[in-house]
Amino acid sequence: MPTQKTLAVTGNTLVAEAIRQCSPDVIPAYPITPQTTVVEELAKFVANGRMHAEYVNVESEHSAMSAAVGASAAGARVATATSSQGLALMWEELHIAAGLRLPIVMFNANRALAAPINIHCDHSDVMGARDTGWIILFAETAQEAYDNTIMSFRIAEHPEVLLPVMTTADGFITTHSIDRAQIMDDETVAAFVGDYEPENALLDFGKPVTHGSFAGLGGPYFEFKNSQRMAIERARDVVKSVGAEWSAITGRPFGMVETWGMEDAETAIVVIGSTAGNARHVARGLRAEGKKVGVVKVRCFRPFPYAELAAALKGVKAVAVMDRSESFGAEGGPLFLEVRSALYDLDERIPVVDYIYGLGGADVKIELIDRVFADLSDIASGTAAPSGLVYLGAR
Amino acid sequence: MTWDISKIDEWKSDEFPRGAVIPDSGNSRDYVTGGWRSQRPVRDDAKCTQCLFCWIYCPDSSVNVADEKVTDFNLNHCKGCGVCAQVCPADAITMVPEGCELPEVK
Repeated sequence: MPTQKTLAVTGNTLVAEAIRQCSPDVIPAYPITPQTTVVEELAKFVANGRMHAEYVNVESEHSAMSAAVGASAAGARVATATSSQGLALMWEELHIAAGLRLPIVMFNANRALAAPINIHCDHSDVMGARDTGWIILFAETAQEAYDNTIMSFRIAEHPEVLLPVMTTADGFITTHSIDRAQIMDDETVAAFVGDYEPENALLDFGKPVTHGSFAGLGGPYFEFKNSQRMAIERARDVVKSVGAEWSAITGRPFGMVETWGMEDAETAIVVIGSTAGNARHVARGLRAEGKKVGVVKVRCFRPFPYAELAAALKGVKAVAVMDRSESFGAEGGPLFLEVRSALYDLDERIPVVDYIYGLGGADVKIELIDRVFADLSDIASGTAAPSGLVYLGAR
Repeated sequence: MTWDISKIDEWKSDEFPRGAVIPDSGNSRDYVTGGWRSQRPVRDDAKCTQCLFCWIYCPDSSVNVADEKVTDFNLNHCKGCGVCAQVCPADAITMVPEGCELPEVK
């Protein structure tokens, strides 16, 4: 019988609990703000015997992901966590983990990248890893960070997928704020996640295999990349079915996207992560005034839910995309490029405006989101033309 | 040997082992790596004293030996490094450019 306990906790505490409940065999990790309390908790769990994992203190994130790749190829269930510069330092191993099809689960505390130095929230670090072949989930709340982390193991280790999964939450906003959330009992999580049975473990001496072989010029490198593409495409259904399964146990919904007010919305904001809450708060106020506004939150960024977004935004008169990261020189941030692409196949042509916001933890004030909805209202009524990219609230 | 790669050139993307794993051991001899050799060793049997230095020094196990005597070179794996010719105390091995007419061996 699944038993949930309601707690007042930070996102990081809950993510550490989720990783403990999923019983990884190996945790190679290096601390970095604002991820630190996750790995501190995990180290404590191991030291106190609450977890039977091999906790590897490495000298950098480059080594953390290298050790994760080695341990996963050896046949272990592997989890780690990082943030910002740490994720950037892992860059080459991220590609290797995905190319070798190793189901590593990593938590990322979303944080800005230097320079200038900044330790606060934005999505630049994760978006820098968006093309590495990892499945990428974004959480809005501590609760969602917990749930996503548990589901990550199931998605990663699914025989149709076998790809690494990055489960993320907004640095400080979600990782360090105390939030009300429910934690599931250990037995229910253990039963949900199950045991990991690797197919090609290096430590299986009865069945010798080689990992990390060469596929150079004239070799099938091209075909391997195609098979990786097929796997992440298959992950779409797996993200949905694992979400439905966890939803049946917890009573919380887990779609690729989460919509609010989209049944009859005339204007809508598309957003990722913690700001979805702010957007809904503003939208609720506008609804009370009779304005037909909606919010679409993207929970799964890779694979990107094109069909779900097109379905949610169909019939809307104007859309604002809120990007908490840059793609300098592109027409907009990473989310804008995806959303506009998702809308291309619709018959009607919906105006889409990109708002870059909150970089380096810049405050996402209610007035700023008010302004976005006001802009959308002007575009929808034809009193204003869609502007180009806007740096929301920049002086 | 259980892994049949004889039709590897015809495999579709989803037929390769996941993650480029080689699901077998001891199959490096099936993988032809001598293709980029620019010169090949040629042995003069009349000069050869069968000291086996070439067999000992070859970094790629490409000197074939039977009954304690060098028979020939495994050109599927020889990279043409020339170590065998360098260490031969009897000057019995000559490195010959690939793609050229081979000199007649007496």
